[in-house]
Amino acid sequence: MSVLVYTETEDGKFKKAAFEVASYAKEVAGGDEVVAVSFNATDASELGKYGVSKVLNIQNDKLSKFNAEAYADALTQAAKKEGSKIVVVSQSANSKYVAPLLAVHLEAGYASNVMAAPESTDPFTVKRSAFTNKAFNFTKITTDIKIVGLSQNAFGLKENAGDATVEDFSPELKEGDFTVNVESVDKAKDKVTIADAEIVVSGGRGLKGPENWGMIEEMADILGAATACSKPVSDMGWRPHSEHVGQTGKPVASNLYIAVGISGAIQHLAGINAAKTKVVINNDPEAPFFKAADYGVVGDAFEIVPKLNEKLKEFKAKNA
Amino acid sequence: MKILVCISHVPDTTSKINFTEGDSKFDTNGVNFVINPNDEFGLTRAMWFKEKQGASVDVVNVGGAETEPTLRKALAIGADNAIRVNTPATDGFQVAKQLAKVAKEGGYDLIIAGRESIDYNGGMVPGMLAAILDANFINTCISLEVEGDKATAIREIDGGKETLTASLPLVIGGQKGLVEESDLKIPNMRGIMQARKKPLNVVEPDEATTHTEAVKFEKPAPKGDVKLVDPENLDELIDLLHNEAKAI
Repeated sequence: MSVLVYTETEDGKFKKAAFEVASYAKEVAGGDEVVAVSFNATDASELGKYGVSKVLNIQNDKLSKFNAEAYADALTQAAKKEGSKIVVVSQSANSKYVAPLLAVHLEAGYASNVMAAPESTDPFTVKRSAFTNKAFNFTKITTDIKIVGLSQNAFGLKENAGDATVEDFSPELKEGDFTVNVESVDKAKDKVTIADAEIVVSGGRGLKGPENWGMIEEMADILGAATACSKPVSDMGWRPHSEHVGQTGKPVASNLYIAVGISGAIQHLAGINAAKTKVVINNDPEAPFFKAADYGVVGDAFEIVPKLNEKLKEFKAKNA
Repeated sequence: MKILVCISHVPDTTSKINFTEGDSKFDTNGVNFVINPNDEFGLTRAMWFKEKQGASVDVVNVGGAETEPTLRKALAIGADNAIRVNTPATDGFQVAKQLAKVAKEGGYDLIIAGRESIDYNGGMVPGMLAAILDANFINTCISLEVEGDKATAIREIDGGKETLTASLPLVIGGQKGLVEESDLKIPNMRGIMQARKKPLNVVEPDEATTHTEAVKFEKPAPKGDVKLVDPENLDELIDLLHNEAKAI
């Protein structure tokens, strides 16, 4: 038996989520082998540090862009070849795209948004978040093969002294794997994404207009954070939809979430509940966000944020 | 073009979430149910295809009779026919199997589902449905155009977006962006009256297969009180974030 992990790369380099799913797989595997599948990774042996003993690295130019059907086909073949009974994937946009296809191909039960190591392995029961973080749901996977979709930042990284051997793997791909074609990709190059960010700085209606976002972007720059916004802000077109976090927007699971001028509607709080530490800056002490936050500052964001930015700069300079 | 929109019947976004029967079931007491928001964006886009391109739009839900008001609302928004598969929704795979049967029998060109429901957040039904049907699939879809049998879609990816093309039949996992929030339609009286006369067909389920079972629910531990920091003393905030929360 082995545990299979899909370790995602970006321009050939592993994403943090790849190390996290590998760490998780090592814990679940116990004494069994962890086998990783990567696509066009430049240094696949890096995964050894997180408990992977074998990497099936697929080198194929046709797979240089993510393609859900072809990736699902390749992962299916890898799982069958390795006799894997558990497959671990992250909850990135691409993993969420590929996992349901893989589940059907492998006749495997799939639990998404998993928050921790299994509660029990027999029966195989995992804790997952549901109702957009308003509750947890314990799900038993009853099939022979099981797929775990591990939430970002839920398990963390665990280093392991070990080496991974790297094998070239060439799955047999069909014409039918390439019927959805990527025409173009539009991606900000050096911007931290909300999904990958350790820190997210977010602005709401209290900022009064899109022209006032400079101080939010500055804070994000200082902290190496991603920027986000509340639903009304994206609805009014002040910020792009891709920044909207909340129940119908993106979920946030970062270490730190700083909310500026966001009152904290229940739908917003649900979406950011998985962030570990929450800070709110708002001039209304009755804003519901103060009930959900760890730290709060009551006052005018236009005075507080620029001051805080200066202090954060000093702090960063000292602690660099 | 024949469109099928899959509708999930979910508690509205302001609902208080509670559980019953030893924390094994969602407590529906006093809860207002609505069309899953991710599905509603898709349904509204389907209405656009109906108005501009003469598409027909059916809606489908897997669930008991209590979900019919949600299907009626979809009819009031403008769908032509509704189908209810008469069985409780138990897990993502079972729902996808039931939907696949309806989709096969109806011979749809385009199937629109929400990227996830806001209750169980499984996020698996659209992809599983596509895989069972062996149809093309595009997830987290924020824009969709169809010309003849060719679709052009934009998908949200982490940190950006991607433009994709695929031929029909196609399944999409949709979300906000397919239409804007301001495009969502509140059914008017005429729509509501017409919806009463539109067909709502109840079909019996296929043999049920489940892959997972929700055994228990739990609410997050109550949060401690917020620590307030004086706006004149922001050094304290930085100190707390650094030394106590270890977040910076």
